[in-house]
Amino acid sequence: MLTGRMALELYLDLISPPCRAVYIFAKKNNICFEFKPVELFKDSILGRKMSGGQSHEGQQHTEEFAKVKILKKVPVLKDGVFTLAESTAILLYLSRKYNTPDHWYSSDLQKRARVDEYLSWHHNSFRRIAPKTLWIKVLIPLFTGQAAPPEKLQEVIDELAASLVQFEEKFLQDKPFIMGSEISLADLMAVVELMQPVGVGCHIFADRPKLAAWRSRVEEAVGKELFQEAHEQILNIKELSSIEVEPKLKELLAPTLMKMLK
Amino acid sequence: MVVELFLDLLSQPCRALFIFAKKNNIPFEFKHVELIKGQHLSEEFGKVNVLKKVPALKDGTFTLAESIAILLYLSRKFNTPDHWYPSDLRKRARVDEYLSWQHTAIREKGCRIFFTKVLMPLAVGQPFSPDKLEEAVKEMNFTLVQFEEKFLQDKPFIVGSEISLADLVAIVELMQPVASGCDIFADRPKLAAWRSRVEEAVGKELFQEAHKQVLNAKSLGSMQLSSELKEHLKQILKP
Repeated sequence: MLTGRMALELYLDLISPPCRAVYIFAKKNNICFEFKPVELFKDSILGRKMSGGQSHEGQQHTEEFAKVKILKKVPVLKDGVFTLAESTAILLYLSRKYNTPDHWYSSDLQKRARVDEYLSWHHNSFRRIAPKTLWIKVLIPLFTGQAAPPEKLQEVIDELAASLVQFEEKFLQDKPFIMGSEISLADLMAVVELMQPVGVGCHIFADRPKLAAWRSRVEEAVGKELFQEAHEQILNIKELSSIEVEPKLKELLAPTLMKMLK
Repeated sequence: MVVELFLDLLSQPCRALFIFAKKNNIPFEFKHVELIKGQHLSEEFGKVNVLKKVPALKDGTFTLAESIAILLYLSRKFNTPDHWYPSDLRKRARVDEYLSWQHTAIREKGCRIFFTKVLMPLAVGQPFSPDKLEEAVKEMNFTLVQFEEKFLQDKPFIVGSEISLADLVAIVELMQPVASGCDIFADRPKLAAWRSRVEEAVGKELFQEAHKQVLNAKSLGSMQLSSELKEHLKQILKP
């Protein structure tokens, strides 16, 4: 009978910001895990031919993976028979199980509350808005063969700008990091999301010195090499623009994509 | 000095806090911030929460926004019973998982139904759009399937055998469509049974008290929104 400890598995696609947060956190804290690559846009963006009978939505939706995640999203953690979705939940689980340094999720009641506060606000702000830049600037043109209307991009940029104002005013203020003097899960979740627009050429840090300074501090605290490694794919995402996508796929995905513009 | 909770029970997250604090006998001062009067948009309230949203907490000089953060803060500060946020690593993770997912799922879809059917008509002075409502209900239906299949499954509560913050946060959000006249429990026996259990665990009287205002359909439909609020809604709801 085969026995042996099953390694911690993390199902990730580094194009996805929450996956980057989990990846960076695990690596930074020397948490041993098996990287299970999930390519959200496989068979679509990469223009690879689909084998017969495979879901047109790409590898992520294959049956095997669906067993792991009914919600059909990444990141996913699998620890033995225990599977967990939602990056916030995964980060907290890892921080507790592996007893990571206190600053990530301070044991001080009020400092911890500040992190919780950011992690909650994050969903309907950066998490909701930032990814749209990728869709509008890269994915929609790739799949529809047409540029998205410029007003749409401006709309998203304006929305993001408003969120950035709130972020600076409410969460960052004049502190080095969201919680205070040290990096926490809050900074990590925020920064990876804000790299999405950067990857597609929306230089949101360019005219925001305070934000740019915070980003530098976060990169430094995480480790520049690790930060770069995690962001390599998104920072080279424009390479995708030149790929030929199968017309059939374009047709299939077009309605979903047009919905994203709303 | 007693904790101040800035609440309006029309708001789902405010109800979760209200119920949680009362159920756990947490002494607090109820600071009513009347949403329909636009009181949350005032400069004064902005000093409590610069994001100008309810709920908010003030504990001495410490102010806190975001209901999830406030619930967790109260559970820790007042050492509430373990089942609300279990110390067991995996059970706790399940609560975190739900609390994270719900923002853009149950909460979002429930809000959308409420905005479409109740708020928007009041803001623009026109009847609600049946097409938009249909779309909103469709999305809610899809989300409810995910809720039942992934989070509830065949368990009495989301985490297992006892109520937790996850169930509390879920139930108050699901009461918003009900308050809007969309009874999502009607043809969902499993969901209805879970709701009964949650009401029971919380205490029926307390549950009713928290939901009294929002369930008063007549007064809901005749709310007089301040003009500032109307403008604000028209901007954020983008009809």
